[in-house]
Order: sequence, then C-alpha cells, then structure tokens
Amino acid sequence: MVTYIIRRLLMLIPVLIGMTLITFSIVHLIPGNPAQVILGETATGEAIANLEETMGLNEPYFVQYWNYLLDLLQGDLGTSLRSKAEISSEILPYIAATFELTFFAMLFAIIVGVNAGIISAWKQNSWFDFLAMLFALVGVSMPVFWLALMEQWIFAQELGWLPAYGRQDSRDPIAAITHLYVLDSLIHLDFARAFTILKHLILPSIALGTIPMAIIARMTRSSMLEVMKSDYIRTVRAKGSGQFLVIYKHALKNAMIPVVTVIGLQTGVLLGGAILTETIFSWPGVGRYVYEAINYRDYPVIQSGILVIAFIFVMINLFVDILYKKLDPRIKY
Amino acid sequence: MRLRLSLLAALFLAFVLFLAACSGDGGANPDESSDDAAAETDETADGESEGEAEEASASGDGVLVFARGGDSESLDPGSTTDGESSRVTQQVLEGLLTFEKDSFELKPALAHDWEVSEDGLKYTFYLEEGVTFHDGTPFNAEAVKVNFERWADPEHEYAFADEGYVYSMYGTMFGGYKGEEGHVIEEINVVNDYEIEFVLNQPLGFFLQNLGMSYFAITSPAALEEYGPEINENPVGTGPFKFVSWTKDDSIILDKFEDYRVEGLPKLDRVIFEVIPDNAARLIALRSGEIDIMDGLNPDDAAGVEAEDGLELLTRSENNFGYVGFNTQKEPLDKVEVRQAINYAIDKQAIADALYAGYATTAKNPLPPGYLGYNDDVEAYGYDPDKARELLAEAGFEDGLDIELWTMPVARPYMPDPETVSQIVQNNLADVGINVTIVREEWAPYLEKTLQGEHQLFILGWSGTNGDPDYFLSSLLHGSNVGSSNRTFYVNEEVDELLDGAKRAIDQDERAELYAKAQELISQDSPMVTLVHSTPVMATTSKVKNYVPHPSTSESLAEVELVE
Repeated sequence: MVTYIIRRLLMLIPVLIGMTLITFSIVHLIPGNPAQVILGETATGEAIANLEETMGLNEPYFVQYWNYLLDLLQGDLGTSLRSKAEISSEILPYIAATFELTFFAMLFAIIVGVNAGIISAWKQNSWFDFLAMLFALVGVSMPVFWLALMEQWIFAQELGWLPAYGRQDSRDPIAAITHLYVLDSLIHLDFARAFTILKHLILPSIALGTIPMAIIARMTRSSMLEVMKSDYIRTVRAKGSGQFLVIYKHALKNAMIPVVTVIGLQTGVLLGGAILTETIFSWPGVGRYVYEAINYRDYPVIQSGILVIAFIFVMINLFVDILYKKLDPRIKY
Repeated sequence: MRLRLSLLAALFLAFVLFLAACSGDGGANPDESSDDAAAETDETADGESEGEAEEASASGDGVLVFARGGDSESLDPGSTTDGESSRVTQQVLEGLLTFEKDSFELKPALAHDWEVSEDGLKYTFYLEEGVTFHDGTPFNAEAVKVNFERWADPEHEYAFADEGYVYSMYGTMFGGYKGEEGHVIEEINVVNDYEIEFVLNQPLGFFLQNLGMSYFAITSPAALEEYGPEINENPVGTGPFKFVSWTKDDSIILDKFEDYRVEGLPKLDRVIFEVIPDNAARLIALRSGEIDIMDGLNPDDAAGVEAEDGLELLTRSENNFGYVGFNTQKEPLDKVEVRQAINYAIDKQAIADALYAGYATTAKNPLPPGYLGYNDDVEAYGYDPDKARELLAEAGFEDGLDIELWTMPVARPYMPDPETVSQIVQNNLADVGINVTIVREEWAPYLEKTLQGEHQLFILGWSGTNGDPDYFLSSLLHGSNVGSSNRTFYVNEEVDELLDGAKRAIDQDERAELYAKAQELISQDSPMVTLVHSTPVMATTSKVKNYVPHPSTSESLAEVELVE
C-alpha cells in the first residue's frame, strides 16, 4: 500500500510538469496583448510598451516559462496584475468558499443520490424507481443556471424563505478565521450565525449538487442491480438474510466501487470551480476568481488558478485510487 | 458499508481541516493587517469611536447595502481607471475639489477657495483647516504635494513602480509624467500648511476640472509609509466613511468616520458594497430586501421596477456615446460624400429603441448634452435613405459598394449589444446598396488593429471622466491622437487648432465657443456616425433617500439616509 502511494506520488511529477506547460501555453495562445487589455481603449502606445517591459512580456516564451517554474518551485504563484497581491495568499479564501460549497453540494448529492439509487434497485420497476430515474434524468439534463434562477425566484423572491445570494448576511459579517464560514461560526460558538450561514448554503448546494446527485443515483442503481445478480448475494439469500441486510450489509460495499469513482470525479469538477452557480449566487469561489482574471487577462492569476484547480483534481483522483484499495482489498496494482 | 461511508466522510473532514489550516495561516495576513489598521485608526483618532461604530453596526440601523456587478480593482484611486474602484474610494478619500451631485459643476472639497493667475499658469488653493485623515494624521499642504509627486514621478518613494503601479489617469489628464515634454505641472509649492500653489508650464483649460475627479483624491502620507505597496487594499483618506475590510469578489465594508469635516454627515453608520455578478439575481436580492441599492439594471426590467411598490427607478445623466466610426484615410471612406451617405442611411432612433428600451437619446455630436460647449445648433443626420443614395451616386458609387464593418466583442454601457447594432447597420446599408461584411475580433486585437488602421467601419464608444469636452473631442478626433486614441484617422487642421485653443484657454466661455465651432466642422466632415447617448438605469428600495446618481458613475453616499 505504502509503495503504491509512493509510486503514485512519483507519477504525479510528470503530470504536474505537463500541467504547468499546458496552463502556460494556453494563456499565451489566447489572442491579444495583455498590456493593451489592461490599459483599455484609451491607452497610448508608449504606456503599453512600458507595461510590457515591467510585466516581462518582452522576454521569449521559454524564458518566461522558466522563470515561472522557478517561482513555482519556491511556492511563489506570482502576483496578481489586477490586485498586485500575492496569489498564493489571495487564492485561499476563494478555495475555502469553493470547498464549503462543494462539501455541502456533494453531501446533498451523496445522501440523496446513493439512497435513491439503492431504493430504485431494491424496488426495481416500482413507481418509486420510475419516478426517481425520471427525476435523475431531468436532473442530469437541467441547465444549472436555470435551476439556480428558479430557486432564487421561488424561495427568495416569492416565498422569502431563503436568501438569494452570498455566503452570509452581508449586514452582519463574520470575523473570518478559516474562511470556511460554517466552521468559523462554530469556532465562535455562534450557533445562530451558523444557522444563517447554512441557510445561505441550501440553494447553491442544491443547484450545484443536482447533476452529481442524478449521476450518482443512476450509477448506484445500475451497479447495485449488477451486484444483486452475483453468486455471493444468492448465497447470502440462501442463508436466509432479509432484503435490507442483503442490500446494506453485503451488496452495497461492492456496488460502491464505481460510485466512488463518480463521486471523486464529480467532487473534482465542482472544486474546479462552478462558475455558473458561483456567479448567480455571488459565491466568491475559485471559479469566479479565474473567470474574473480571464476577463482582465490577468496572466499570473489565470496560470496559477488553473494550476491550483488541476492540482486539486489530481489529488482527489489519487485519493479515490487509494480509497478503492480500502473498499476492495482484492484490487491489485 | 456504513463504515466505509463514514470513512469517506472522515477523510472529507480531514481535508476541510487541512484547508482550514492553510487558509488560517496565509489568508489571515491581509485581513489581520486590515483589522490592525481599523483598530489603530480608532486608537489614534478617537478611543470612543470604536465602540460606537460597533454598536451601530450591531443594531443594523443605518446599514446600507450597495450591490454592483463587479469587484473593485484597487482602492488606491490614482492607480486605477476602474469605475467600480472609484465608486468605493469616493466614500473614503477626497480631493481638493469635487463635482456637484448630479453634474460636473465644480464645488469645494478639501480646498475651500482657489485662485487662478491671469496667464493661467499659477493655481493657488486654500485648504480646509483642522481636517484629519482616518489614521489621525493632520491634513495639510504637504500631504497634497506628496500625493501629486507620487503620481507624477515613477522614482518617488511612494510611486511603487516596481510593484506595477501605473498612474495612467494622471498621465492622461496632466499630459504625461515628470520630465516628459507634455507634462504640465512644473512645480508644486507649499506656501504654508493650508496654502498650496501649482505652477504650470503651459495653460490647461481643464486643470480645475481634473482636480474634481475621484482619481486625484488625497491619501494620508503616513498610510503610504505604513502600508507601502499594500495601500491599494488599505485606503486612508479624509472622506465620510473609513475603510474596514475587503473580502475579494464579495464585499467591502466602510464605517462612518466620526470626525468627518462636515458636521452632521455622514448619515449612515455603515456602507457595504456587495458584488452580485448576475443582473437578474441582483434584482431578486433587491426585491427580497437583502440589498438597498442596485447598479446595472437591465433596461428591459426598468418598466417593471418603476411600476412596483417598494422600489424606485433612478437614471444617471448621459455621459457617453456609442458610434460607428469610419477609417477616413481608407478608400472609399476617404470621400466625405460616402461618409455622409452612410450617416444618413443609419436609423439611429431604431437603434435607440431596440437596444436601450427607451433609456437612450440619439446623438448628433460626439459629446453628451449638458457638456460645456455642446452645440445644439448642429443639424443631425436624420434617417434619409434617398439622400444617402443621392450622395453615393455623387461619389460615383451608384452601383453600390462592398465594405467591412468591425464589431466590438464586448458589451459596454454605451453599447450594450454591439452584435445587434451591427446587424441593424448592415440592413440599413443594404437598403442603399452598400454590401456590409461583418468582421469579428477578440477585444484586445480589436483595439490594436483599429489603432493600426486595418479596419474600414468600426463600432466603439467613449465615456466621460472629468466632465470636460477635451476628453471626448481631442482624444477621439484630434489629428495628433491618430495611432493612440483617434481610430477614425480623422485629421483636420482647422479642428486641431480649435481644440488646441480650447485646451489652452482659461476663460470657460471662450472655450465653449471654440468647442461649439469644432463640433460644427466635425459634423460636416462626418468622421463617425454618432448613434446614441445611453442613460444607465438603477434601482433602490423606497427606504433609500437622498441618493443621487452622478453621471461619472461614482457618487458620495454621505447624505444618503434610510427611512422606514
């Protein structure tokens, strides 16, 4: 197991180098001179030349890439052109915001998705099965921004039950410690505030979690049905176990293997920034961070932001691979 | 299996804690420093104000939430040209002069009086006495001098040029930087603590107008020393509100400055600037009462807001214009008849109606109405396809011609939907026998290539900043700006002379006359089809009183009140 993890970590090195090459090239292949964009339609030629000089855009690409790698090795993600702040510290609150949202979205997706899948498999071809799978189909196909706007319209504007935007009550902001606001409010032992913050999480979590939920439900159902046909389940049945015990104790563990893959991949996708959800609910997450940077042609932020997202994605994949082994000791590498 | 799920949950939690630890270390730095700043401010300025401010904010009274579409770029006003930045810095910092609530008329701010010498080369300002910055530093002439020198001189110890600070608005408005030929400010003399003198090397007709701009607001020199290049996240001025905290892409919090120089102001205890990127979501937040003022209402939603109980619709005066420009040095657009023909062929009213839901007026000058020297006597090019055909025939194009129209890829307040405008123009011109091919480019190459003259027809616009006609007319149409901001390549020596004269003149009536004459010549030469001036719309809840939107897009909230 340990050697496997070490091997996987070593394999990460070429992946990471590849990532830096790709992020670096993509940004430089986008048409347009960043100096021109930053200074806007009123810029003079001289100002553009000066800015190119200070940003090092005059250097050959190879030199720019080499400098970038050297900085990365020292943990320096560069400085944002827009805010002039260190990206490595500036990006952390954004990651925390995205993480919090992803955590609750996946919590919703897993709890609802796995159970809906199990029950659908259990009561195959029942009305619940049809309804759940229809719902899952709709869930997979539904545009996120439409769902988000409908949620806002119904629950914030018409019913007034839940807040329409943001991470917290903007009139009464929290003193952030970790920037994970639920955790922060618990550290402050401020349960009323934790409740408010959870209320802010409900709509965006559902909007963001619906697609993964639907995918997980379908995957759980089909995987479960497969496992239910296997010999060992028949043996368990022959021993006289009840249906509940058969499913939750014996079948679920093996049925979960493909589901864990899906959960891992979906978590990676959500952590990579859910730009639509983050935009509609004004959630200051990594997706928004990179998106704003793209608008501004803030090269260092685009590079580092995408790199961080890719890094998180790779780490989650690693994590899922390790989890496989735990779930099914028969898996050999 | 439950065990496995809980293992999964536990690993998630571990990751949460890991992240928490990370953000606790690194992320806290900017916040800590801003918290320190707030605490120090309170200690040095007034021990009691801290408690008061906290009480006020805790009770929730007098807390105004202002929602906009994007975050500020920098809270150091001189180093940015971003409107979302000056919207906030306007509350925190003040300049020597400022503008009237709803126009570009000048009024005193940190300078209560000023004198201009006969030759227009010496400006003396008499400063308010007894004013302190939010950090307790006294405001005086030396502070003014430090700020201006910082913008003018990249070598200055507070210029932070190595960190990428560029004071482009200063360069644009005062003709360059220290040591450059066009730079107009020769020297700045501190006469005494409350009297300061600016000596120019050539007259500048809009010098005072520049000083009213929010970009030239005065920062505490002590804060420049303390924060260094982090001054863009820690603004310290003399304004009605002091800076408390900034969560990027989320919110900026400002609290009432108890020692504000104007008695009884500000009326609010706290102002929060929230970022809500989506226009529809922002309107929902306004309806549900989570925010009080929203910028950037879709013109299509304006009618609904106006009819709705509990909401108010507000408009800003027009301060921009959108246009279809000609490359006047390229065939066949070098012929004035062709340019005039196209001008007659485009239905400007149809564009105003289709795109701005009525919140725009058709433009006949490249200058918004209400500006100094706006020439109302200029005859507009009405929609007249017959006349257009006639003119084309006169120019020798009775069989029609082919032309390229470049379309900008981004929306701007002056041009909310360039794609639709280009299609209307295409149809209009097809009616008079001109076959238009639409060319699409990315934004940066679009700006670059139109500067280099690769285009024929193009779509663009311009927004005002200091409320002076020079910023519109000279930037866009002066011959010396070909290759820098004059994309029509229009060169008319007579116009150039008029514009230069107006730039140098001190007497505002004389300037108005010169600009009026220039507009007449420009209209005859028709280097561009001026389409519309848009009036941006915004909405507030009915609780908000005394809020007056300023044409520059940033306004002081000092007098705004919340009334139940």
